[in-house]
Amino acid sequence: MIDLVGYGAFFLTIALSYAIIAVGLNVQWGQTGLFNVGVAGFVAVGAYVSAILTTPDAAGRLGGFGLPIVVGWIAAGIAGAILSYGLGWLTIRLRSDYLAITTFGFAVTVQLAALNLEWITGGPFGMGFIPRPFAVSADDPFRFGLLNLGLTAAVLLAAYLVVEHLSASPWGRVLRAIREDETAAVSLGKNASGFRLQAFAVGGALMALGGAVQAHFIGFIAPENYLPLMTFQVWAMLIVGGSGNHRGAIVGAVLVWAIWAASASVIGTVLPAGEQARGASLQIVLIGVALCAILLLRPKGILGEKRVVSRYLGKSAAEPARQREGTLAP
Amino acid sequence: MNAQFIVDGLIAGSMIGLGAIGVTLTYAILRFANFAHGEFIAWGAYLALAVVAAVPFGMVPIGPFSFGWMLPIAAIAAALLTGGLAILIDWLLFASFRRRGSATIIMVIASFGASLALRSLLEFVFTSKPVYFTRELQIAMPLGGGLRATPDQLLMLGVTAILVIAVHLLLTRTAIGRQMRAVSENPVLARLAGVDVRRVIRTVWCLGGALAAGAGVMAGLLVQIRPYMGFDLLLPLFAAAILGGIGSVPGAILGGLLVGLCEALAVQTVGAEWRAAVGFVILTLVLLLRPQGILGKAAT
Repeated sequence: MIDLVGYGAFFLTIALSYAIIAVGLNVQWGQTGLFNVGVAGFVAVGAYVSAILTTPDAAGRLGGFGLPIVVGWIAAGIAGAILSYGLGWLTIRLRSDYLAITTFGFAVTVQLAALNLEWITGGPFGMGFIPRPFAVSADDPFRFGLLNLGLTAAVLLAAYLVVEHLSASPWGRVLRAIREDETAAVSLGKNASGFRLQAFAVGGALMALGGAVQAHFIGFIAPENYLPLMTFQVWAMLIVGGSGNHRGAIVGAVLVWAIWAASASVIGTVLPAGEQARGASLQIVLIGVALCAILLLRPKGILGEKRVVSRYLGKSAAEPARQREGTLAP
Repeated sequence: MNAQFIVDGLIAGSMIGLGAIGVTLTYAILRFANFAHGEFIAWGAYLALAVVAAVPFGMVPIGPFSFGWMLPIAAIAAALLTGGLAILIDWLLFASFRRRGSATIIMVIASFGASLALRSLLEFVFTSKPVYFTRELQIAMPLGGGLRATPDQLLMLGVTAILVIAVHLLLTRTAIGRQMRAVSENPVLARLAGVDVRRVIRTVWCLGGALAAGAGVMAGLLVQIRPYMGFDLLLPLFAAAILGGIGSVPGAILGGLLVGLCEALAVQTVGAEWRAAVGFVILTLVLLLRPQGILGKAAT
């Protein structure tokens, strides 16, 4: 029984740290329509920044600052915000999918830097001894698990309240207006690019914070934790939950992580040791197909958001937007 | 500095350029960045490998080359099959989004999902172990000026040149090429003028898939075949297409060669471990300095 609760707490802590990342992605995509394909890069930046600032001295790499965990988390968030603002600034004037390509390149480069800048990141062996919250009670796994779950849930709740507050504020209303009808928002004197950049930075900060929380809970990070697969998982969480809605993002994170963990354990028990790598690739195929199927069959997700500003305008509002985007007519 | 990077860069650049033609055409005519395009490269290589492996003869080396007459046949079969695969994926996925007028970005996400599924499917069937068309060893010949290249490498440069000229002629001299350009300029007007847009879209996928398969066979012959070979080329493909100017076929091949040369230069000066970052650096510089690319038209 204790074991089950312990595993449940571990599972939920990881799932909720993904939920923080998914809420960050939702601020970017769900609220403003900015497409980030480099989620793993921002998560990695957060994890590494916080780990470098808080770990004890290690031979052969930068570090030994031994700062408190909370300082690491705040620094992670700031780093994520600055980097996403910079990338956004580079591409915001251009077509929306240029941002996608640039963030994709960013994630590839971050992973490469984590692998090769050994004097900063520890290279392929990663970084260990990242201080874990509540480490004093680490010899009581039950208590330790629940305390960490509580902390991660508290961070998620704080992030959720902040973004909900932002969404409800005039700032959030402008963002939704831009998402649904940019021309109308601009004609009312709103600087669309400026608002989008701010939202992109808030989202990047949350992703980096989520990465830092995850890194401190596990206590160890390595470059291969931050492959494009992670970006894809977070996207799956957002799409399953229904983009635009922060509660949907959280539900999606727990649900997708549960499916992921369950299918991994099925593969672990059913397949012989030699076939597990193949089983893992089949798992990815199925998740990829499932994502496409959800996009095709239920594009609004489980808790999809309704259009707010232009719901009275009906279909006529969607038509000019389509022409502007330049999609081929059927 | 060693001038050998020119040969290495041109060869890598040919593969990037052939892939980038597909990216640039999809982008110009279907109007979205296709993250699954790299997988056509890998699928092309594995399909050709499957043909070569299925036929127990025909791989005795011809002349100075490392492969037999079966490889060109397998390459043509792979090009046709990969073109078919691209059309199939469009039919299953992107066509529905087009029909309901989904935002561009939904197509990009879907292509991201398709990319992951296609790549992992290769990994599932063939495992992630690298494989080769042939185990023949080739000696690099001196070309003068301290440059060396194997006969296979020189042949592949020639094949790339022929393919690029053929695509250029197809786009500029034939009816379907004119229709493709018309759709890319203005799809609504093109349809009103009687252009069969669906046929144009099929042609784009088929052409892009076939050229990607060509790049895949080349990479398989000159380097190796593994499930991630296409995905690792994705960033250079985008960098090349944007550097050359979206929609421009000569631009895509020029961009590909430049990206390949920069990568080879970086391998020599900075170190091979940073090769993958070159695409990102080029992309950043182009977006900062000349977002329309070298041969592209400025947005109006």
